[in-house]
Amino acid sequence: MASPGEAAVKESHVEKKKTPPARYWQESQEEVKDENEADKSKNRAGEAAQHKKTQKAKKRKQEEHQRDGKKFISGKSDPFPGPAPVPEDRIQKFKRKDKMKKSRGQTYMLKDIISRTEEASEMSQKQAARVDLLLPEDSGFLEGDEEEDTCTISQQDIADAVDITSASKYFNLNLSQFGPYRVDYTKTGRHMLLGGRRGHVACIDWQSKQLMCEINVMESVNDVKWLHSETMYAVAQKKWLYIYDSNGIELHCIRKFNDVLRMQFLPYHFLLATASATGFLQYLDVSVGKEVAAICTRTGRLDVMCQNPHNAIIHLGHHNGTVTLWSPNQKEALVKMLCHQGGVRSVAVDKTGTYMVTSGMDKKLKVYDIRAFKPLKSYFLPSGASCLSLSQRGLLSAATGDIVQVYRDVWSTPVTKPYMAHRVRGAVWGLHFCPFEDVLGVGHGGGFTSMLVPGAGEPNFDGLDANPYRSVKQRQEWEVKALMEKIQPELISLDPTQLGQVDRATFEQRHQDRVQALGFDPLAKGKFIPKHKKKGRSSAGSVEKRKKQVAHEDQRDVIRKTVENKMAIEKERKERKKTTAALSNQKSALDRFKK
Amino acid sequence: MKVKVLSRNPDDYVRETKNDIQRVVGSVGEEVLSEELEFFKVPRNYDPALHPFEVSREYTRALNATKLERVFAKPFLASLDGHRDGVNCMAKHTTSLSTLLSGSCDGEVKVWNLTKHECVRTLQAHEGFVRGMVVRYCGTSFFTVGDDKTIKQWKMEAPGYGEEEEPLNTILGKTVFTGLDHHQKEAVFATCGQQVDIWDEQRSSPIRSFTWGVDSFSAVRFNPVETDLLASCASDRSIVLYDMRESAPLKKVIMTMRSNTLCWNPMEAYYFTCSNEDYNLYTYDMRYLNRPITVHMDHVSAVLDLDYSPTGKEFVSASFDKTIRIFPKHAGHSREVYHTKRMQHVICVKWSSDSKYILSGSDEMNIRLWKANAAEKLGVLAPRERQASQYNQRLKEKFQHHPQIRRIAHHRHLPKNIYHQRKELRIMKEARQRKERNVRKHSKPGSVPVVSEKEKHVVTVVK
Repeated sequence: MASPGEAAVKESHVEKKKTPPARYWQESQEEVKDENEADKSKNRAGEAAQHKKTQKAKKRKQEEHQRDGKKFISGKSDPFPGPAPVPEDRIQKFKRKDKMKKSRGQTYMLKDIISRTEEASEMSQKQAARVDLLLPEDSGFLEGDEEEDTCTISQQDIADAVDITSASKYFNLNLSQFGPYRVDYTKTGRHMLLGGRRGHVACIDWQSKQLMCEINVMESVNDVKWLHSETMYAVAQKKWLYIYDSNGIELHCIRKFNDVLRMQFLPYHFLLATASATGFLQYLDVSVGKEVAAICTRTGRLDVMCQNPHNAIIHLGHHNGTVTLWSPNQKEALVKMLCHQGGVRSVAVDKTGTYMVTSGMDKKLKVYDIRAFKPLKSYFLPSGASCLSLSQRGLLSAATGDIVQVYRDVWSTPVTKPYMAHRVRGAVWGLHFCPFEDVLGVGHGGGFTSMLVPGAGEPNFDGLDANPYRSVKQRQEWEVKALMEKIQPELISLDPTQLGQVDRATFEQRHQDRVQALGFDPLAKGKFIPKHKKKGRSSAGSVEKRKKQVAHEDQRDVIRKTVENKMAIEKERKERKKTTAALSNQKSALDRFKK
Repeated sequence: MKVKVLSRNPDDYVRETKNDIQRVVGSVGEEVLSEELEFFKVPRNYDPALHPFEVSREYTRALNATKLERVFAKPFLASLDGHRDGVNCMAKHTTSLSTLLSGSCDGEVKVWNLTKHECVRTLQAHEGFVRGMVVRYCGTSFFTVGDDKTIKQWKMEAPGYGEEEEPLNTILGKTVFTGLDHHQKEAVFATCGQQVDIWDEQRSSPIRSFTWGVDSFSAVRFNPVETDLLASCASDRSIVLYDMRESAPLKKVIMTMRSNTLCWNPMEAYYFTCSNEDYNLYTYDMRYLNRPITVHMDHVSAVLDLDYSPTGKEFVSASFDKTIRIFPKHAGHSREVYHTKRMQHVICVKWSSDSKYILSGSDEMNIRLWKANAAEKLGVLAPRERQASQYNQRLKEKFQHHPQIRRIAHHRHLPKNIYHQRKELRIMKEARQRKERNVRKHSKPGSVPVVSEKEKHVVTVVK
């Protein structure tokens, strides 16, 4: 269920093996043209991969084949012998890393461990790919008729065309008194939080339209954010940061966090990251209520902020056009990128942590690859985008004034027209895609609009991670589990897989220390002593043969001896027989008395 | 216009009544069947993009699992008391898991029921020490040897009411016997003392005796697989190998210090491990005696006894330093150390035949029952519990080399004197190494060769 953008990436990955220089950020038009060719090459690659299977697997498969292909007594045979094939691209989706290279220095035990784990991971990939086929839901889509642009289709048309439950997800809230509004959805997508500039805070179970609480904090509200579950949320007010529960009761007022403008919540770390007007980036551990880090960015007012969901790095946009990347472990920015001429207005990072989309005062919308820190695409929007948001499947929504535009495939193909557009009743202030739903929440000066955006949400959720249908008991159980495996803030780094890699630097350091302590290198190979070799006579085979010959000769002696012995015994026995026979033939004088 | 918007039917995701089973969050199995999906109403999607921070989360889980393991590590199960002198030897029953035999320094033999933690039979077997004890392979009788120069065979069943406790058979030897072992399949047993004797059960004199210029032996063991082979530890610091069918011993290895006991690896029976007076244990390959396969270090006093687990992957050793240690067969250092305040010098140790328990007999007249895996939960596990423990085990293995996890997993509390003795030994070893290094540095290159730890302790091999 990958997004369209991802699919393109994967194609290029497969191609990389065949033709080395093709990179996914170069010339994506060519790819579109040669789609058929790419497909072909993919198939070829798949075949090659199948050929590479180990001997063992081959043998096993043969056996299976024989067993299944065996005819029944009735004479019919299984038309589909063997296990069902699993498509290669699906297996690719679950692949974590490439196979280890086998070096000659490895001991047999290590080799055994590696091959076993690789076999196990291969099997689990296959099983995951098989389960993938059984996923119940498909993603949404919107296609226009011939000559019809999808962006001209109005929300009302879509709502009329779809079923009642889906249609009820398109709605407007007229809240012109306290606007404009910031919006936030919980991780499961079930609950929505609205924060009006003039102090109105409301949380709603938006699918059943039940109001959980509604309060006015009697202060200006800068930002609102759900914490790990729908029981608590944080509100950045005029002066300090407040935490309320879902009944609107104030739980905490955190005075250490002042003048907060934007907030991000890192769900797996239980960290609330806040950016303040004084230029401070602060991290609050919400599970223990401790400030983890306070970083003075020294870049002025911070009102552009987003998180990278892949590695929990915070991205901040600045007035001088730079975007900086931060982790709580370092007082300096990890990366500084000059993205725009003029200030940065909004930043968004996609789910896989591959792409970053920025918009600036120069009315440009730019797409970056943040693994390589390279620009991919640059678009010019006539009036610039004030808010950006990326959906789970890679749709980009950009707000220009009171118009919300949704774009598709901004990173793979050059986009000319938006996928969808919608005008709301005031300037847009908050924009958020609802997880696991085809819904975009727009907070604006006139209240709140919930828009239908087909194809935005991930169709199949994982029940143990974020379950929109969970009961209270399940939520509590999940909370305990999630707290148990809270990731420590020290583990935040640009590459989240770094923890699973071999730390060679430390090993080398330790080895050096050991050599110094011992006075010699315990791992050093002995001096090479060439083997005494003769032409062809010292090969392992001929040595073995010679040994056998000797053994045979030894045995021959033994056999000869035993045979001689046997012969002698036989001879003796025969002679004895003869003598006894001769003796029995002799007639004695007393024989005449015999009867 | 064609349009499709995500619209889920809640019936597919929510259980119908309160009585339906709802799988509680947690214990993630890798294999999920489609039927299960339907049944539990907790849909899964294994897409890696939906599960970020895989490695960090697994690491956290592994760390938690390691901590919990240390929390639950309570190895001591029970103490069997009743002997009136130090426990000198023990024997496992060959067919019954719950039976244990122990012999003490006052010549008393006790038969224990391990499940009930009680003594079921007591007999005065010898005058003076019971030196060795072994159960016949069929499990119907057992042999004891003692300081009174006798070998006695006893019935396993207790005598009936009014009957006298009498041995089935008594053999009067010429010298004191110090050890005893029975053949795996035949009615033959071996004793050691001033020589190694092979006895037929039907005869009162040995069918064969081996000597090799030695005055006394401390232990003799039959090979469990190649059943005619034996090995013995001699007081002239050697380990001698014999073939029962031949009249002369096969070969011997002489070490720098005396070995007390030895034990064959039951699965790879060409390996045996001996417990040495120099605080170490040595695993040898019977075919290549010129250097041990592994030197197992950690004890701070002479090692008195050892026994292999029936899986052949680990063994347990008992030492004069009042501790028991468990070593993996390949590892140079122990994975576990057991001690209590009251346990004195541990003289004998056995690993139970189901590989779950360890039994130790010590100087202060008690036999102690330990878990072989300190943090293991005993009893029947629920399937989910078992799955969770297996998952945790795998995680611990996967992340075992990470410094923090390693530190927690390796930490053991030691009694003060042992802790200090270890430190002292380490300092002494370092000093020796330093000296050797300096000597090497200031002498002609190649004249002071590097001798590995394994080679240091072997003097010679004689054939």
